[in-house]
Amino acid sequence: MSLRPELALLAELIPDSARVLDLGCGSGALLEHLITARDCRGTGVEIDHDAIIEAIGRGVPVIDLDIDTELDHFADHSYDVVVLSRTIQTLRRPADVLRQMARIGDQLIVSVPNFALLRNRLRLLGGRMPMSRDLPYSWYDSPNLRFTSLVDLEELFAAVHLRVERRIVLAPSGRPARSGQALANLFGAAAVYVLRA
Amino acid sequence: MGASTPAPGSVGQVERQTARLFTASEPLHLANGDTLGPIDVAFETYGTLSADRDNAVFICHALTGDAHAAGFLPGATRPGWWDNLIGPGKPLDTDRMFVICANLLGGCQGTTGPSSINPATDAPYGLSFPLLTVADLVEVHRALIHHLGITRLLAAFGGSLGGMQVLHWGLSYPDEVANAVVIAASSRLTAQNIAFSAVARRAIMDDPGFAEGDYAAQGLNPDAGLAIARMMAHITYLSEDALTEKFGRQPHQADNVPGFGIDFAVESYLDHQGQVFLERFDALSYLYLSRVMDYFDPFAAPDALDAVTAHPVKWLVMAFDTDWRFGTEHSRRIARRLELAAQPVTFREIASPWGHDSFLLVVPDYHATISAFLDRALTEVQR
Repeated sequence: MSLRPELALLAELIPDSARVLDLGCGSGALLEHLITARDCRGTGVEIDHDAIIEAIGRGVPVIDLDIDTELDHFADHSYDVVVLSRTIQTLRRPADVLRQMARIGDQLIVSVPNFALLRNRLRLLGGRMPMSRDLPYSWYDSPNLRFTSLVDLEELFAAVHLRVERRIVLAPSGRPARSGQALANLFGAAAVYVLRA
Repeated sequence: MGASTPAPGSVGQVERQTARLFTASEPLHLANGDTLGPIDVAFETYGTLSADRDNAVFICHALTGDAHAAGFLPGATRPGWWDNLIGPGKPLDTDRMFVICANLLGGCQGTTGPSSINPATDAPYGLSFPLLTVADLVEVHRALIHHLGITRLLAAFGGSLGGMQVLHWGLSYPDEVANAVVIAASSRLTAQNIAFSAVARRAIMDDPGFAEGDYAAQGLNPDAGLAIARMMAHITYLSEDALTEKFGRQPHQADNVPGFGIDFAVESYLDHQGQVFLERFDALSYLYLSRVMDYFDPFAAPDALDAVTAHPVKWLVMAFDTDWRFGTEHSRRIARRLELAAQPVTFREIASPWGHDSFLLVVPDYHATISAFLDRALTEVQR
């Protein structure tokens, strides 16, 4: 089974045999890989019915709950790793969710599309809302409620007392960007953060 | 409809079997220290046990269920109570799974219960029948699967009191249950739940026909009390919206004269439910099995999660959003406790307008979830 590049990158950041909570797990591809190939145990959280049923069929345990309001379901420090993959921009209460993640897990992995990518800035200057591989939706059908640059996101991490252990900036191809970290906010289409409280 | 022309997806004609699983000399040791024997168990099976004996699914039935979950008994026109779920190509696919359903200990549909004859006295047990727990019901199920040559179930499966048995089974004997499906159940009844049971029991026991539980010997039956218990229970099985949708404020008859009879359609429905219940259910079984539910509290024991921590079970816990008998919070509590033991738990709240009864009905999202879970389970054991 081949994971799409970003999920493969996330999987590499997760230790073997870890207990992993994947918030917004979709159809469970990452967890299926971790469970079958990496000896991990894990749980996904999802609210989309079709995605849940697909994940169940893959043998991925899924809890049907609202990430914004119902993470109290999980006990303190009950997971080694909590993943929030391309989901933070869809949340109503991202700061609360990050605090909950820090309560539930030891290591947090957050990936996010970068609204401030140069290409997006140019499109906005041209008078159009950004659309790209990482932001594929029209404004009227987007699940994304919040748009953040990497710089703004890192301020939020600091505000909720999360330390960035590692940051991997992704090029529009979905692979790690070659460009310097200093220009990440301009040339990174997305980024993956490894965080700890 | 007979065995010659089974409907598509029907298991066709079925037969009730009986096994004596405990005797007076080798009795069941109950959780409270008492012993009970002989114990006969009525059961049905559907599908074929695989050569590796790894495709067995045990259905645990609810308070007033019986062993006849699917197909047609000889001469019957109505199928078993969970026929929409069990059959060829259905979520419990009898082309691939071997499905077992047994009447509960304490029941009245072929398995030993309080109205059975006590061979020591040649009279019905009545109130001398021992109080039971969910653990006792499960011990009898275990004896049955061992009798059938099965040591490990593909899945234990049940709704309401049935889900409570599945929960106990998985927690206590996780090596016997690869997958556990717990639907619209509870791990601890609330005061409101117990209150409803209390009124039902009082209706039965205060009926003069109850005769201190000796009604069978005296040729009596607490008809009024048992019917009232059933009527009240039925209200808790349906959501307010479901009752509105089914009956609204429709009169029972168009030319109704107001009075204290059956004026509204909903009254007629409840009356009918009460009356048909009398034909198939025993008042003592109602007392004993409802009491079983009141005392169920499996997570209270300090070592409740020890066994399952060592041998994880794959759990599917489901609730229905309009169920107010065992609402979603009951199922969430189960899922949360299992989470504490790092179990692989899938939890879903299914949208359905029908309240607690939803678990017996065809709700597409519900059935799709069961299919996905059991298909994966079967693939795992057979690969």
